[in-house]
This record gives sequence, C-alpha cells and structure tokens, in this order.
Amino acid sequence: MLLTKKITTAILLCVLATKAYATLTIDITQGVEGALPIAIVPFVWESEEALPEDISAVIRADLQRSGRFAPVADEDLIERPTVGSQINFQTWRTLNVDNLVVGKISPLKDGNYQVKFQLFDVYKATQLAGYSIKSSKKGLRRTAHRISDIIYKNLMGVRGAFDTHIAYVTVIEKGEAKTKLYKLAVADSDGYNERIVYSSIQPVLSPSWSPDGRHIAYVAYARGRPELYIQNVSTRRTKRIASYQGLNNAPAWSPNGEKLALTLSKDGNPEIYIMDVKSHKLSRVTRNYAIDTEPAWMPNGRGLVFTSDRGGGPQLYQVVLGLRGVKGKIKRLTYEGSYNARASVSPDGKKVAMVHRVEDAFHIGVLDLETEHMTVLTDSSLDESPSFAPNGSMIIYATEHENKGILSAVSVDGRAKQRLIFQEGDVREPAWSPFKAR
Amino acid sequence: MRHLLKLLFISGLAISIVACSTMGNKDDGTEAEGGAMSETGMLSDDFQVMLEKRVIYFEFNSSVVKSEYQDILTAHAENIAGHPDVTVVLEGHADERGSREYNIALGERRAKAVQQLLTLQGVSQKQLQEISFGEERPVALGHDESAWSLNRRVELLYSGE
Repeated sequence: MLLTKKITTAILLCVLATKAYATLTIDITQGVEGALPIAIVPFVWESEEALPEDISAVIRADLQRSGRFAPVADEDLIERPTVGSQINFQTWRTLNVDNLVVGKISPLKDGNYQVKFQLFDVYKATQLAGYSIKSSKKGLRRTAHRISDIIYKNLMGVRGAFDTHIAYVTVIEKGEAKTKLYKLAVADSDGYNERIVYSSIQPVLSPSWSPDGRHIAYVAYARGRPELYIQNVSTRRTKRIASYQGLNNAPAWSPNGEKLALTLSKDGNPEIYIMDVKSHKLSRVTRNYAIDTEPAWMPNGRGLVFTSDRGGGPQLYQVVLGLRGVKGKIKRLTYEGSYNARASVSPDGKKVAMVHRVEDAFHIGVLDLETEHMTVLTDSSLDESPSFAPNGSMIIYATEHENKGILSAVSVDGRAKQRLIFQEGDVREPAWSPFKAR
Repeated sequence: MRHLLKLLFISGLAISIVACSTMGNKDDGTEAEGGAMSETGMLSDDFQVMLEKRVIYFEFNSSVVKSEYQDILTAHAENIAGHPDVTVVLEGHADERGSREYNIALGERRAKAVQQLLTLQGVSQKQLQEISFGEERPVALGHDESAWSLNRRVELLYSGE
C-alpha cells in the first residue's frame, strides 16, 4: 500500500521565462504520513519596501515537496519569534512541532541583503544550525534553497538537493500550422527561473549534465538527423561532437567528466561507445546485432547500465569497464516484466530507476541491485525518462496528465509525489543536475 | 511530387509489367478471377495504386515488415531501381510508449528493415537514406491503440517531396 495521505496543495508560482512569463503549478499529489513537523516562522523583513523574495515561503515549499517534512501552515503559527531568545519552546511542544526555523532579511547599503536564520530542536531547546548569508537580490531564491539544504542535512543526515537545477525539453505548437518549437531549458530544482539554453523547430532530446554542471550534452536534429552536441549552459557556446552516419544518440557524461557514453549505429545497428570528450576518440563497448542504447554510468565510473533487446524485448544490462575496455561478461539486470529501459543509476550505485512496463502501462520502477527487488514507484501510465536527484532522495520523470506532457517527482520509497505543471507546452526529458560546486 | 511520380510512372511502364509477375495478389484475388497479366492497363493501375502507398505500419516493438506490405514495397523497389537519379528517405517512427531513445533505435531498425527489402529487390543502397525520429513526430495525437498503430511506421519520402 503506497498511498497514505493525500495533500492537495496547489502552489501557483510565476516562472521567469525568456521573453514571456509562464505559469508553473506544483501539485503535491501524495504526501507522507509521519513526515517531520516543522514550523518555519516568516522571516522578519527589516525595511519599508516590498519584500523582494519571500524566503521563508520558498523554504517551506522546498521542505514540503521533499515529502520528508510537514511544515506548519502560516495561520497555525500561534507565536512568531524572530530570534532564538524569543522562542517559548513549551508552546511548540504542545503543538507537536519537532523543529523550528526563525530568521530575518536585512537590506544592505550596497544593494545586497543579509539573510540570518536559526534552526532549533524544540524538545531539546537547542540550536542545531545558525547562519548569516549575504545575498544579491537575484540570488535570494538560491539563498533560500541553500537554507533548505542546511535544514535537510541537519535533520535528515544527508545533503539536500534543493540548490540544484533541472534540465528538460519543452515542446510548444505555434500558429495555425502548428509548427513545433522545441526548447531545451534549465530551471531551479523547484521549476523557477527557467532559462532557454537551446531552441529549434527540429527535435531535441536526451539532455545529460556534465558532472561540474557547466555543460549539457544533448541530441538535436538541427541538420535533419540526430547528432550530438555539447553546450556550455552559461555562455551557450555549442559544439557538435558526433555526426556519424545513422544514430548519434543517448549521451551520458562519465562521473569524472572526461568521457561520454553514447549510442552510434555507424556499424549497422545501435552500439554503445565511449568517447573521450577532449580528443573525441571512440572506444566500442557493445558488439551485438540487437539494439544497445541508453547507457547510464555507475557512479564509480567503472561500468554502464544500458538498454538492449538482445533477449527479445528491451531489458537492462550491466557491463563492467576495466582499463582496457570491457571486463568480463555482460550481465542482464532485469527479469521482471516485458519492458525495462532507460536506466538512471542512484548516486550511491545501489539502485537503478527505469521505465518499467506492467501490463499495458509504463511506470517508473526502481531495482535494488543487491536484493534484486523491483519496486513500482508510480501509478500513472506513459511514464518515462527517470532521473535521480544528486542526493538520491527523489526521482524526476516525465509523464502525461490531462493530455499534456508534464514532469513529476517521486521519492525513492514511492511515498511522496508531486507534479510540476507548466502552463505552456509539453514538458519532457528531465535531467536532474549534479550538486553545485561549493 | 505528383508530377514526378507520373513521369516516373510513364517511363516505368515496361518495368511495371515485369514487376507484376513477381507481385502476389493475395488481397484482391484478381489473379484467381481474371487470370494474370491479361490487361496491361489494369496492371499499371495496380502499380500506381501501390506506389501511392508510402507508409508501412508495424506492430508494437516490432520491425518485422508484415506480408501485406510486400506488394507495395516491390512496386517501390521497381520504381526506385528503374530511376537511379531518384533518392528516397526512409523515415522510421515509433509510438509514444516506452523510452524515447529506445524508440529512436527502434525507428531506425524499422527503416532498415524496409531498406533491406528494397535493396534485395535491386535498389542501390546509395538511393536510400534511413532517418529515425522515434516517437518525436507522431501523425496521430491520441493516447490509445488507434493512434499508436498509425504512429508505428516507416514513411517513404521521394526526393523533391
């Protein structure tokens, strides 16, 4: 029984897109029973001017989306302390609130802002964390995500993935001719601050982040057929790196950033290759008449999980890579179900998320590599493109909702779910970025 | 394209007659009824009808060309082989189910299956080019089998089209 408690809070958010304002709705479709109650008191704003960014609201939404926390609603905050010394812990204990966050935002003379916050354990009446972060106006949302990360790390013991990005493809139909416009976009992990990285009237797909988060590799049909490109996310400088005959597809950046695994069909059918990013030198991984595609790296860089239909239907296989190429035999990983494809390996290398068919529906499944147990995480159909958050807590994927392509996220245990609905176009092919360098 | 086809057709009449000798007539049963190759005109009409069919449909996750398309592909093979200046793009497509990259590979395999059937019948590989769009270019937009069955296809696109 996956479904526990349904929270339907729709938060309407405005996302800054290039030229136009698009509206993004985040629906938390399934919350978690036993999520940690936390009170986030609205941060004090020390100015007469309008608050440039509601930081405490961003933090509250972050923690709620993770499924791990149950933030107390604003109207239920019976006291509003602004610093630790004002907290009456007994009040919060009677409300069964485990943790409390207070803070304030002060404008600085140089046009920047100082954001101070403190996190408390209500029962022990102790401060768990306290920081003062200087932020530009533009950087206030990022500061809020960093605070969410600090809270998450303190209370969950693992790094939060709020201060990260997602890349995805949006397809919009324009005009009477319904010309399709494909956009490769990057947004904050909560869907805000959308930036268009690349757009084309030809298909774009399969974005893959470089481990330093600076580049994205992707497939574009800019010249009428699939070719591979690498693009710098901030300068937008683009380089075509593979345009062999046939497929140039499914790029996956190696964990050390030096190599790309990819699919080429120049030999007659789709095979997996590894390309050295600097020299573009290729080494071949698979040799099979079947389809071999969708490589995903093991986090240690010493192996790949990929899709192959060498056994009939598409299933996941694992290959170990040594210094001199393929080591040992290729191992089949999935046996449950007639269709398992598009692997995403968890950052700890213990789980593999995939597109998993159950009867006529395509769900996101996750396979525990140790126990070989498969868990179906989603109950929608037409789910595809799973991508692990860099802390392994959530999986973002593409699905279909009311005849629209949307992104959804699910916690790895399947207990927390949310939908990200962009008002404009079909959204698909999400890729969660690595952690930012600190 | 219509004009080009007509030109091809007129100049390809002789070939079409030869072609018919290798074409089965399993669907309409004309062979059994009227006897084979009695009327050049009728056979030419058949040939033209066949040539106007430019889409081959597939089963889910399959790249097997069903026997019902053999006649169509034979007609195209004769037509393309008879006109070495013509090139044809074989565009492979898949339905929306499953993963996008696997579907691109599947679309390519479908296009290659058609390519093989054409080259086996004398078409030069140089006249053919396979491009797969996977599930990126559906012709039917629904989310059920009636739409999916139309999207699992290979389109034959003659040069200049």
